[in-house]
Formats: sequence, structure tokens, C-alpha cells
Amino acid sequence: MTVMRTPEQELARFRGRLAVAGVVALLCFGLLAARFFYLQVMRYDYYSTRAEDNRISLVPIVPNRGLITDRHGTVLARNYSAYTLEITPSRVADLDATIEELSTLVDIQPKDRRRLKKLMDESKSFESLPIRNRLSDEEVARFIAQRYRFPGVELKARLFRDYPMGSFASHVIGYIGRINDRDLERIEESDDSANYRGTDHIGKSGLEKSYERDLHGITGFEEVEVDSGGRAVRLLRRTPAIPGNNVVLTLDLKLQEIVEKAFGNRRGALVAIEPSTGGVLALVSTPSFDPNLFVDGIAPQDWDQLNTDQDKPLLNRAIYSAYPPGSTFKPFMALGALTTGKRTPGQTLADPGYFNYGGHRFMDDKVGGHGGVDMYKSIVVSCNTYYYVLANDMGIESIANFMRPLGFGQRSGIDLPGEAEGVLPSPEWKKRRFKRPEQQKWFGGETISVGIGQGYNAYTPLQMAQALGAVVNNGVLYRPHIARHVVDAKTGEKRTIEPEPLRTIPFKQSHIDLIKRAMVGVNKAGTGSRAFAGAPYEVGGKTGTAQVYSLKGGKYVEGRVAERLRDHSWFIAFAPADKPVIALAVLVENGGFGAQSAAPIARQALDYYLLGKVPAGIAAEDPAAEESAE
Amino acid sequence: MNSRLDPRRWLHYLLAPLDGPLTLLILILVGYAAVVMVSASPERLGTLALNTAVAFSVMWIAAKTPPSRMMSAALPLYAIGVLLLIAVALFGDVSKGARRWLNIGVTRIQPSELLKIAMPLTLAWYFQSREGMLRARDFFIAAGLLLLPVGLIAKQPDLGTSILVAASGFYVLFFAGLTWRLILPVAVVGIVGIGAIVAMGDTICQPGVDWPGLREYQKHRVCTLLDPTSDPLGKGFHIIQSTIAIGSGGVFGKGWGKGTQTHLDFLPERHTDFIFAVLTEEFGLAGALFLVVVYILLIFRGLFIAAGAPTLFSRLLAGALTLIFFTYAFVNMGMVSGILPVVGVPLPFVSYGGTALVTLCLGVGMLMSIQRHRRRVGT
Repeated sequence: MTVMRTPEQELARFRGRLAVAGVVALLCFGLLAARFFYLQVMRYDYYSTRAEDNRISLVPIVPNRGLITDRHGTVLARNYSAYTLEITPSRVADLDATIEELSTLVDIQPKDRRRLKKLMDESKSFESLPIRNRLSDEEVARFIAQRYRFPGVELKARLFRDYPMGSFASHVIGYIGRINDRDLERIEESDDSANYRGTDHIGKSGLEKSYERDLHGITGFEEVEVDSGGRAVRLLRRTPAIPGNNVVLTLDLKLQEIVEKAFGNRRGALVAIEPSTGGVLALVSTPSFDPNLFVDGIAPQDWDQLNTDQDKPLLNRAIYSAYPPGSTFKPFMALGALTTGKRTPGQTLADPGYFNYGGHRFMDDKVGGHGGVDMYKSIVVSCNTYYYVLANDMGIESIANFMRPLGFGQRSGIDLPGEAEGVLPSPEWKKRRFKRPEQQKWFGGETISVGIGQGYNAYTPLQMAQALGAVVNNGVLYRPHIARHVVDAKTGEKRTIEPEPLRTIPFKQSHIDLIKRAMVGVNKAGTGSRAFAGAPYEVGGKTGTAQVYSLKGGKYVEGRVAERLRDHSWFIAFAPADKPVIALAVLVENGGFGAQSAAPIARQALDYYLLGKVPAGIAAEDPAAEESAE
Repeated sequence: MNSRLDPRRWLHYLLAPLDGPLTLLILILVGYAAVVMVSASPERLGTLALNTAVAFSVMWIAAKTPPSRMMSAALPLYAIGVLLLIAVALFGDVSKGARRWLNIGVTRIQPSELLKIAMPLTLAWYFQSREGMLRARDFFIAAGLLLLPVGLIAKQPDLGTSILVAASGFYVLFFAGLTWRLILPVAVVGIVGIGAIVAMGDTICQPGVDWPGLREYQKHRVCTLLDPTSDPLGKGFHIIQSTIAIGSGGVFGKGWGKGTQTHLDFLPERHTDFIFAVLTEEFGLAGALFLVVVYILLIFRGLFIAAGAPTLFSRLLAGALTLIFFTYAFVNMGMVSGILPVVGVPLPFVSYGGTALVTLCLGVGMLMSIQRHRRRVGT
């Protein structure tokens, strides 16, 4: 091969090889032609008989979707059967005229027409789409009598999804909606196409989405003999559908309801978890929305209203909105100081009411300061100066390294879609976050703000509850989860969602005890004492206030600040103090001081969960009973 | 001013880069595809028209691009392709158990598609750069350039695409003069090996028998091919049904829109990989042979262009591109008629699917450019 050749020789060899390639191609095509001849001529009789016999068609049977219930069995999502009028646009000559004629038989609102238009944009013309749902018996009868006049329009009995609790817990449950192109792509990718034949709804948000696989069930098939026109003549065999599994939650709907009502018109979120398992007892985000609106394609004006509302009802604040934690960060800072050895419990700081750093004076809430402050007192009176100095001593790296294992600034892995990460500030984070080099530098003054939970700190209420849960659970951090069991609808067989400890952080018992004791002190003698006056159980807590708007030099006077610029109000709590069964975080947007608006909500939640006490105005009975009585 | 608006001048501008015979053949194929699509899946005609418009634009641009420009794009395209494949291996999205897609924020791309063109382009460039001083060593380097992306694609795993990319590179080596002493033994071993598998199908397809180097699903595909009835409702279903469709078509077919296999939903993927079954069911042996003849004409036109190409680069590229068309056509018709295992290879210019159509038309455009520029480069 190393022999040199002239260009002419090279060209001759190349053309020789082209000839070889041509011959091989001809041979291969010849082989194919032979195969076609064999199949289509020699074995034609055999195959045409088989094609004739091939008259068995598979018709899918859609499984019933699983139910969602709370921990006590209250149904949150269920199905009911009703008639729906469906139209196949490609089989209808004049769509508008057909709808016009239909409207003389059944009530068709402009809303229904608009929804059909929207569905047509999202689907293919040969799909059958609902023009009216939930027909009355009378409408059904009227249509059946006139059915021959409407080719391409069909009456179908279908199962509808229903959320009997309306807007309660809607952020948790989520909703289902019609399968669109994006869903279809996902289904095809996960090789589920066969199982979704005949299904036209899929979980779009919340648990309906995250447990789609369980809730959907397995599609059955009817083997039907068809005539040459494809119409079914005879049923040959039936493989019944396997209904979807029911999902039982760790959620306590009563607790959820009490908290949602306690929020009233205020915007905010609450997350309550069981520290020893990570099970979520309540996950509230207000305002909420009625998931029933989404089930059969939301009407455009409802959609616009939900989307343009400045209170953002579709936003799940509990897992998606991150806020600076304010002073609720202090117990974690204190634990960090003990764990890293930067402070001993007894070490006392003489608080003059401010801390000077780099030419800037960081102020305490109390003019003149709190006097001598040790760690216990720093939490009870929420002394800023103590934490300014501490943050400066620890340094930002050390703070970030301590906080990270507690889950701050990371997705918790809860079984809900759409969780936010939040921000655990560090020099490395700043480098990633900003583009210009002068913005990427970390300043020492920024560390000082981080120490009292302000600055770049931003955590979701879920992260706060999870971190508190880990501390009061002696350092064992669980992955939060809302589903408790998945129950086979037929056999009743339970699959438990096992609590999953993500990590164990090696805290010293004496350190945890001190933090817990100080937080109990907050509710006895400190900032939480008013909200928890007379509580018959021992409860630890911490108030917090997150600045929304920075007043340059001026003093913050709530009444003078526009409502939307007021501080966010935080409260975190656990109870009972000696063996906590619940840890929670409450946030009230623009609620002012933590003690004022967030702490009373926590009190109501704990009174119910620990004592079974139901506030006035809420039925003591099952809320489902109340709903259906209306 | 007037002459600029002259429609004849515009028409000339549009048609000048195109090669007459190739354009005619591609139009016949795409027209054939549209006719079959009316029967198989009429709601996709709009998208088909759009895909065709995009693919023809790409073809036109490629036809206007001189081969020298293509040559300078070869190595960068190859490098980008390989880097993307490495990115896929590290961060790719998993779909259907394979890691083939790369999410780049706005959309997802499948980098292996790029290599189908970049591979022959790069190897042709490499041999051009070594022209006149070619040694055995160069074939090893070229083989290395070939095996790196092929290995990455095979690992995804995507056996079908890795075979296509490997074939496209091998064709360049073959035309560059790879010695018969290497080709013949491999060919003989291959033929004997396939013969052995067919002969011993019953034994080696028993469950629990592992095939070295192949995954379970690949073994399954080969075994299903040997005996489709072993899995009548799963993978074998496709082959059984498409064979019935072809066989029941007879000599002249059941008629346009009258294929029972197609219209009673027995044919899987009837608008994409299995469109050939629709075509033969409705148009019979006559329709199938017509298609085969068009492909043969296309391939011979390509080989003719290669024979007349002025530089080593354009010769190798034209030869390899032509054989790629052959490979697509042969593998697809072979798998649908049940003589080759089912690997995801479309029927060139006929199967529905934008990416494949664009890739193929890009290849045709390159052939046209080589034909048009044959005299401009001094010989």
C-alpha cells in the first residue's frame, strides 16, 4: 500500500471500486426484489388469507384513576361518571353550523365554544373533543332522539375528576388536564404510549403529576372482531383495565383547613412536618385556587383571572417562593457557633446596641442594646448585635458549610413538582450568580447581614421546616414527603412510602438541648410569649421578620409603609419540646413583625394538632360533611 | 432594474445550482411519499410540506456551497460532533433507556445525527490532506477518527445510528483504497457468522444465554427476526404485521387507501419506519419495484458524479454519500420485509421525519455541488 502510484493509477483504482460498489448495490437490491417476489407472488395466497383473517382490533379500556385521601381517609380527589357531548372536527363539515344546531338541543354557553376553540388549537383534528360536559338526563334524551342529524358528534359516558374540597389543599393535590403535545412527547419517551391509548387526561401539577404513574392505572383491552369497514361486530376477549392506585397522604386535612382559614385573606405559606419521618402534616399556600376549573380545559377568562391576579393564587409559596428567613435563622446560627467551637453557651457579649464594621453601623432593634447577652438570651430576646459579631467571627464560608447539610439552599426532594432551590449565600454562590467581576466579589459587610438572616439568604418555608425538623430530631434529616401509602385499589395491598433519612448531622446533644431550651424561652418570656400565653404544652419557637424594603436611615414605622412593602412575618416552632411530633414554619407576606401575624397561626395549628382544639367558625366534624351539606 | 425583476432570471438563479437528474429523482421520491401519506396519515401532510420546504432549502444552500468550503468545515463539524457526543454521555437526557439527547435549554438535539454527514466529510478531508503520500499508517489514523464517535454512539446505546455512521466512514476508507486483504476476511467472517446465527437460532435464543458485547434488547431483536412468532404481541408483532401487509399486496396491490393492514391499525409506525409496508400493501410488487428502480437510478447518478469528480476529497465524499443513501434504503426495506433486524433507519426521502429528511437532502445538495464544480477546479 505504500507503493507510490500515479494520479492516473489512483483514479483507475477509484473507478474500479465505484464499479464494485455499484455491483454490490445491485446485488443487494436484487436480494430485496427476490424477497418481495417471494412474499407477494409465491406466498401471496397465504398472506392475503392472513390479512383477511386479520380482523381483530384492540379497543382500549381506560382504567379508573386512583383516589387521593388524607391520612384520616378524607377524599381529596375522586371520580364520577357523567355524559359528555363530543365532536370530531375533521368529521364535521361546518363546525359552527353544527354547534349552532346542537345548541337548540343542549345548553351551549359562549364559554363552552371558546374552550372548544382552545382545545382544537392544542389537538389534532381527528381527535374527539368535548363541547359540553355533564349533560343533564333531559339533554341526553333530547340529543339521542336527534342523533342521526349529527354525524361526527357523539355522546360518551366518561369519568370526570372531581376535587370535593375545592380550593383546600389545591397546591398539594394539583389537578389533571387534557393531554397536550408536550405531555404526549413525554409519554412517548417513557414508552407509555400503549398504556395511554384511550386516556385523554394526565396529572399536570401537584400530587396528580408526581404520582401520575400510580394514579393512572393500567389500560385494558377488548379484542373485537371488525368488519371490512372497521366497525366492531363481536367481542372476542376482554382484558380488564387495572384501576389506578389510591394515594393516601400524611397530610391532615383538618389541620390544613384550620391553617388556611387562619390565614384569611393574607398571602403566605405554612409547612408542618413530622420531624421523625419527614411526613408533611400540612402544606399551605394562600391564596389558592379551585382545581376543578382545570379538569376539562380551563375557560380562558378563568385562566386570565388566575394569571393576572397580583396575589398569584397559582404560585405554591410553600415550596416555590424563597424569602430571607430573618431572625428565624438565629437558632441555626447559634447551633453553628457551638458546633464549630466559635462560642460556648456561657460566653457573654456586652451589647451596646450596634456593631461597627467597615465604616457602617449595624443597628440592634433595641436602642441602647440588650446589655450582657449570652447565647440563651440572644435567642430569647433576638439580639442582632450578638449575631453580627458571631457572623463576623465565623466567616461566610464556615456559615455556609454548616448550613448546607441542613438543606438550606437546596431542593428538599419532596414528592411535589416545581420546587425552588433558594439561596444559601457564599462567595462561590456569588461568583456563579453574577457576571461582572466587580459584582462577584464577596464583601465582609455582607456576612454581617447573613448572620441575622437578611442579605442574600432566601429559603422556602419548606426548607425552614425541614431544617428545624432535623435539629429537633437530633440531627437526622428526612426527605419531606406527602404520600404515606400507595394502596392497590383492588386488593387493598399497601405500599408504604418509607421515611427516607437523607443524612445524620453529628450534633452534640448538649448543644441541641440548649437551642431547644432557648426556643422554649422565646415562647415563655421572649418574642413569642404573647401568642403562646397559656399554652398547656411546652413549645419552642422563633419569630422572624424579613425585610422587603430597605429604609435608608429612616426608622421603620409599619403604618407609613405601603402594604406590599411591609416586612414579611416568619414564625418557626416545634412541640412538644421534650419529644417533638411536629415542626413547622409559617410565613405571612407583608405581615410585619413575626410575633404579630405569623405566631398566632402557628398557635392555632399546634392547638389543633396537639390538643384537638378546633377554632370557632370551623366545623369540628369532618370538613367533607360540611361541604356536601352546602 | 427591469432585468432584476425578470422572472426568468430568478428562475435561472434558483435552478442553476441544482443537478437535473438528482432533483427529478428526489421529487419523484417525495411525491411518492406524499401519495402514500395521504393514505397512511393524512393529517401529517402539512408538516410534510413544511419539512420538505426546509430540506429543499438546505439542499439548495449545500448545492451552492463549493466543495473547498465544505472541506474547511469538515474538521470543526467533526470536533463539535464528538464534543457534543461526550456531553451527551456525561449530561444527556435518558429516554427509553438510552442516553441520546442533549438538552441545550431551548430544545433537545441528537448529536449523532450530525455525525452522519460530518464523518465522511472529515475522512475525505483527511485523505485529501495526505494525497500523494498515503501510507498504511493513515488508514489506522482514519480508523481511529471513525471509531471514536462510533464507540460513543454505540455506548448510548444506539446500534442503528452507530452502524450507519460506521458504514459512512468505512465507505470513505474503501474508496480511498483500503486493501482487499483486510476487507475480504472481514466480509467472509461476517457472512459465515450471520449464517451460523441463523442456523443455530433455536439454541442461542434461549432465555439466559448472554451474547458477548450485545445488550439484551439487541439480542431480542435478532432472535425476533429469526422467529417472529416467539413474541407475537411484542416486538415480533411489527415484523409479522408488516410481512402480512407486504405479502397480501400481491402484484398490483390493494389500491390506494385500501390497505386493510394500514387502515385497521395493524401496522406500527406506519408513517415513519414502516411506511414501506403501507406502500407495498397498496401498490403491490409493482409499487415496490418502482421504488427500488428509483433508488438504483439515484445511486448510479451518485456513483457517476463520483467518477467525474475532480479532487480526491470530492471523489471520496461523493462515493461515500451515495453509498449512505444505498445503506438507508437497503436496511429499511430489508427490516420491513423481515430479512434484517429492526433498527431505527428511515426509508430515505419517503419516511416522515424532519431531521432525517434534512440530513439526506444536505447529502444530495453536497453531491450536486460536487457535480456543478467539477470543471472549476483545475485538473
